[in-house]
Amino acid sequence: MSNKERLNGTGKAARFAGKAATYLLLSLWGLFVLFPFYWMILTSLKSYSAYNSEFIPKFFTVNPTLNNYADAFTTVPLGRYFLNTILFTAVTTAAMLVVIIMAAFAFSRLEFAGKNIVFAVFLSLMMIPNELVIITNFVTITNLNLRNTFLGLILPSVTSVFYIYLLKENFEQIPEELYKAAKVDGTSDVKYLLRVMIPICRPSIITITILKVIECWNSYVWPRLITDDETYYLVSNGIQDIRESGFGRENIPTMMAAVVAVSIPLIIIFLVFRKKIMSGVLRGGLKG
Amino acid sequence: MKNSNFKAWLFLLPAIAFLGVFMLYPLIDVLIYSFEEGYNSASQSYWGIGFYNYSYVLRDPYFIQALKNTIILVIITVPLSTGLALLISLGLNSIKALKNLFQTVYFLPYVTNTIAVGLVFMILFKKTAYTDGMINLLINWFGGQSVDFIEGPYWAKMMVMCIYTIWIVMPFKVLILTGSLASVNKNYYNAAKIDGTSKFRTFTRITVPMISPMLFYLIITGFIGAFKAYSDEVALFGTNLNAAGMNTIVGYIYDMLYGNSGGYPSYAAAAALILFIIVLTITSINLAISKKNIHY
Amino acid sequence: MAVFPAAASVHPPRFLMNIVLKDLTKIFPKSSRNKSPVTAVDNFNIEIPDGKLVGLLGPSGCGKSTALNLISGLEKPTHGRIFFGGTDVTDLPPERRGVGMVFQNYALYPHLSVLQNILFPMQNLKGKERPSKEEMIARAEEAARLVQISELMDRRPGELSGGQQQRVAIARAIVKKPGVLLLDEPLSNLDARLRLQTREEIRRIQNETKITTVFVTHDQEEAMSISDLIILMESGVLNQVGKPQDVYDYPANMFVSKFLGTPPINIFKGTVKDGTVYIGDVPAAHTDSGFEGEAAVGIRPEGFIPDRNGILSCGLSRVEVMGRDTSIVFTHPQAESGSGRAIVSSESLSEVSGTTVCFSLKSSKIHVFDPVTGVKIETRPG
Repeated sequence: MSNKERLNGTGKAARFAGKAATYLLLSLWGLFVLFPFYWMILTSLKSYSAYNSEFIPKFFTVNPTLNNYADAFTTVPLGRYFLNTILFTAVTTAAMLVVIIMAAFAFSRLEFAGKNIVFAVFLSLMMIPNELVIITNFVTITNLNLRNTFLGLILPSVTSVFYIYLLKENFEQIPEELYKAAKVDGTSDVKYLLRVMIPICRPSIITITILKVIECWNSYVWPRLITDDETYYLVSNGIQDIRESGFGRENIPTMMAAVVAVSIPLIIIFLVFRKKIMSGVLRGGLKG
Repeated sequence: MKNSNFKAWLFLLPAIAFLGVFMLYPLIDVLIYSFEEGYNSASQSYWGIGFYNYSYVLRDPYFIQALKNTIILVIITVPLSTGLALLISLGLNSIKALKNLFQTVYFLPYVTNTIAVGLVFMILFKKTAYTDGMINLLINWFGGQSVDFIEGPYWAKMMVMCIYTIWIVMPFKVLILTGSLASVNKNYYNAAKIDGTSKFRTFTRITVPMISPMLFYLIITGFIGAFKAYSDEVALFGTNLNAAGMNTIVGYIYDMLYGNSGGYPSYAAAAALILFIIVLTITSINLAISKKNIHY
Repeated sequence: MAVFPAAASVHPPRFLMNIVLKDLTKIFPKSSRNKSPVTAVDNFNIEIPDGKLVGLLGPSGCGKSTALNLISGLEKPTHGRIFFGGTDVTDLPPERRGVGMVFQNYALYPHLSVLQNILFPMQNLKGKERPSKEEMIARAEEAARLVQISELMDRRPGELSGGQQQRVAIARAIVKKPGVLLLDEPLSNLDARLRLQTREEIRRIQNETKITTVFVTHDQEEAMSISDLIILMESGVLNQVGKPQDVYDYPANMFVSKFLGTPPINIFKGTVKDGTVYIGDVPAAHTDSGFEGEAAVGIRPEGFIPDRNGILSCGLSRVEVMGRDTSIVFTHPQAESGSGRAIVSSESLSEVSGTTVCFSLKSSKIHVFDPVTGVKIETRPG
């Protein structure tokens, strides 16, 4: 009996130490993840002169100022970059949803000759890295005189084989009987898609939408290739341009204000749709 | 039947059109480009067919530097981030309180603009006339000398690059591993407990084998992702990566295509195909190893 | 309780809606699933009379669901014609045939409320056929009242029990006032108690609406208990059509006799010699059919009467008393699996003692078949 008690006692102490170590590790990593966010917000609130006078950076500021934010939006057309990005994101995402829903519907619901072959070709395209095709796409868009246009920005990214695949899987989980029941009631294919399939798969479609929005908001490489007129810059390119030449090289606080402004929309979307985004990425990851 | 055929193709038309123009055609086109010697984008003419573009790229010191940088980045970040992610996921799965909070925080980098946050990393590590920067402050506290991590020695720049890359790739790995750890049937652990299996043995004999498919998946995607590194480097070191000596293969491709050093789609195409072959080879090796080691 | 006049207003004066299947055949071509063409429905010729509840019965995979899909129009026949009330509907799509259908898993739209589910079929109607919004809702409520789910109209299908979902599915199927109601295994997803209750429900609803109804089932007890008429099929072939009791009492072949009845019929190896049917050397029946040689002799469990002086002597395995039923499990060398089961009255147990039991046989419960073809050999009492 006493032996058992002793066993339990050491077990408890060891378990407590283990728990403490676990929480320490997790907190340290959390700190590492959060610190850049803290630092950008902190720096963006420091005045230009205060920042430059801190040879040893301070971890807090006593005189926070919002001037940097005003500067960020007035010295460079950051507002315009925002509008561009919102427009680009909205149109690309909407167009992509139409394209992938139609394709997923055809693959999951319609019977046609060559279906399996076409789907196999689609799947194999999933392995093609963007870097391989971006060269020709750059030439194509240039030749079409679509550089520095929204069309040129949008066109190459309105299809996603991966999302077609995800949605097709989802559509296929809708029981066959539902389609039969709709047929008996005289529902056309299009109406069935709009009134039954899309509403039932709404969670997946929302997840795909959010993931695409994130992707669009952060896209950098393609916009950089296709735009050199700052009228068409997206936020990433705007930020990079600010880094290279904006605000005078050393106006770090204003730069950080721009960085915060660019980061906030996505962080808000993330905090609102946290569960959806994380489960969507998880599902996508586990499928891929 | 005919009618339904027509309808199906109609529904597929947009997807097929876009994929055809922006994926299938470019795939063939890039191959052609890579073999067209002396292609001139102004006159759209070339003087021969052959392997010249490949041999040029493979001898270009900038490409060699980019290849070296990319490989170092891959070798350091893939094992480190995967191991760290496993450790953190194990920790996350063993706690109840604050678990959601930690998970949310850890996922944040996934939804941030990598260019924007890259700038933060830059100012954290950068040494200027006005300040040595946050990180150097820490180094000084521990008695070290200040280093310019952004425009200083090669190893310092490489370190920042690796740290930032790990910061970026961790959310996905932690999420996937936490998910697959949670999906391991609890009965295995209960059975192990009843048999008096030690924690370490439970981990190596039950946990790791059970999640091995996901681990391999993360390693493979980690390799692929790290080989395609580019925009993180731009954020840290600016668009002129060749000058910084910090270019990557993908960066080399874009530089060949566009910008001050651009206008050589043939070289870009050759470099892209070389990258594709490297990634394909490594993925195949990984898959072969994982087939041998995953038994269910 | 729904009153009949109310139901009548849902279904105004109807014309005769019998269903005639003529030479109906469905052959599925070779595919990835079946290596050779499959004849799911083989040359059906049936008339389903107007206003009846008909059970389409057969083991799993016998083609009964295909037959139902042919009637609904979800599948096109390979050849043959289908007539509803004298009109050829073979080439009409489902929605033009005026059928309502209930599926095994109910196929309710999970994102729509009960009311919206019931409204859905009417919202597909176009032009003059389309009722006004108020009328649609009135009809949906009428249908809901008929199946007694009026208080569930705002719920989602996921919030309902299996039995409630089933009722919603029926309401949705009858709200369009179909001439024909088709039910595909409507009870198989319910637990035993609900199944009993719901099948009475279906009987009641059919009685009130008088819609010609065909329901598919693999459960012979279910079909026997509520059908006006049973259609029994096996691997695509029509075996027998008739009133449940008639099919039970006069099975057309060995398959039908074996498929109907619990406990199942006992089959003995027998012979026919000079017009007498023998089990071993016991004469069990007589036939004028002229058939000679080996025969399969089926005796229903209730055809055995324990009798010390009975002609059929069997080994006694055990006596089982389950509720009101008393059954005797016996062994006999000629029995198909070496043993059989008889259902007897509890008083008759006084005739049973020791290790053997003798039975006298009820001649009406004996059915003799050709052992190769399964075809029935007509017998007379003897």
